[in-house]
Amino acid sequence: MSWINLSALWKIVVFGLLAGAGLPAIFAMGLYSLSKGPRVQTAGGGDSDGLVGGSLVGMAVAALCFLVVLAAIAWGIYEVYKIGHPAPAK
Amino acid sequence: MSNTFVLVLVVITALGFDFTNGFHDTGNAMATSIATKALSPRVAVGVSGILNLVGAFLSLAVAATIASGLVDTKLVTLTVVAAGLAGGITWNLVTWLFGIPSSSSHALIGGVIGATLAAAGGHAVKWHGLVSKVVLPAVLSPVIAALVAATGTWLLYRISRSLTEAARGHGFRIGQIGSACMVSLAHGTNDAQKTMGVITLALIANKTVASGSNAPFWVILSCALAISAGTYLGGWRVIRTLGKGLVEIEAPQGMAAESASAAVILLSSSFGYSLSTTHVATGSIIGTGLGKRGAEVRWNVAGRMATAWVFTLPSAALVGAGAYGLADVIGGTLGVVIDLIILLAVAAFIYWRSRGSKVDPNNVNDEWTGSVAPAEPQPAAA
Repeated sequence: MSWINLSALWKIVVFGLLAGAGLPAIFAMGLYSLSKGPRVQTAGGGDSDGLVGGSLVGMAVAALCFLVVLAAIAWGIYEVYKIGHPAPAK
Repeated sequence: MSNTFVLVLVVITALGFDFTNGFHDTGNAMATSIATKALSPRVAVGVSGILNLVGAFLSLAVAATIASGLVDTKLVTLTVVAAGLAGGITWNLVTWLFGIPSSSSHALIGGVIGATLAAAGGHAVKWHGLVSKVVLPAVLSPVIAALVAATGTWLLYRISRSLTEAARGHGFRIGQIGSACMVSLAHGTNDAQKTMGVITLALIANKTVASGSNAPFWVILSCALAISAGTYLGGWRVIRTLGKGLVEIEAPQGMAAESASAAVILLSSSFGYSLSTTHVATGSIIGTGLGKRGAEVRWNVAGRMATAWVFTLPSAALVGAGAYGLADVIGGTLGVVIDLIILLAVAAFIYWRSRGSKVDPNNVNDEWTGSVAPAEPQPAAA
């Protein structure tokens, strides 16, 4: 019997980095492309704090980034559910 | 039968533990969102409560570890479980009073192991399981979480550096809400299962279910409800320490910290590691302080927490062993009842003490001045 399950450990580190740091990074890329466009640097009152730049391409890329993040989360939850409810052995 | 009576008492006590687990750990998910004002304190605890409820149904791997991986179930009696719970609850309440985010899992496991040691001796504890499934993950998980959070923080600031301050705050506050929700879900998945495991252990001890069984559905449901109610109550003292005491947090850091916590907790739960969500969340928050240039980590606060972590297992074990000893001397059902009456008295005393320095949704975000309770306008007599 080993004290550390090394295969679990490296999986937790690698997938932890991918999901825990990679997904927020994709989200940040979404914010970045969302802010591109003519309306940038018009920080002021109301909802125009420069978050939405107004470029169509930017918004499309942003939407894609956010979708990737959401899809990854949904897939992750499904995997956890599947692992946590093993089918009864025959 | 008196056995059924004791079983009912044990189940109620276990749910009581689950409740303390909930309010002790609200901060793990929501402290940073409350600190950056992404969510108002009351909305935060509401959302977190609901997601804990959902999360409790997500996985059962950890419950199995607790129920049969740590102690020899053949040697565990109901009195042992009751005494173990007394140890766990006592430690949870004391650390909550001091606003220290210590591990509820370790409190519970420590209590059960202490009581088992007192009842049956060292051979009844599966030491290998204890070290490989509890102690080593406790040491490694905060480090992994800190690494992930520091990486995430660095990436987020790097990618978003061309955004205006206002746009960055706005965008990441939205992301932070999403990631905090994931931590709440992960907390339900990981922590509610610990109580499910203990109740299953009690059912096995009482021969209501066979050794090696999974948690019955009513156990899953009641644990989910108890932890969710506790979360909704909100452990404001611990929230304050995590959100304001450790690092001054901005929205991108909050998002990085919570994403790291959620990922590490969910991954580990699916491997059956009953790791402490508290250790992970604290590691993440420290990591996010390390990943941002110029951010300051209050190492004295972190050091106080780490000290409490080291003492959690042995202290809860001592209380658990003591509670078992007392119940054993008195004997039978009466022994368990007296244990639980003492436990109630201790809980009431700690609650009364906490009233002297109240932390609630209104002052949880006040400037950190080195103490759990914000300074009063006029200093009250100590």
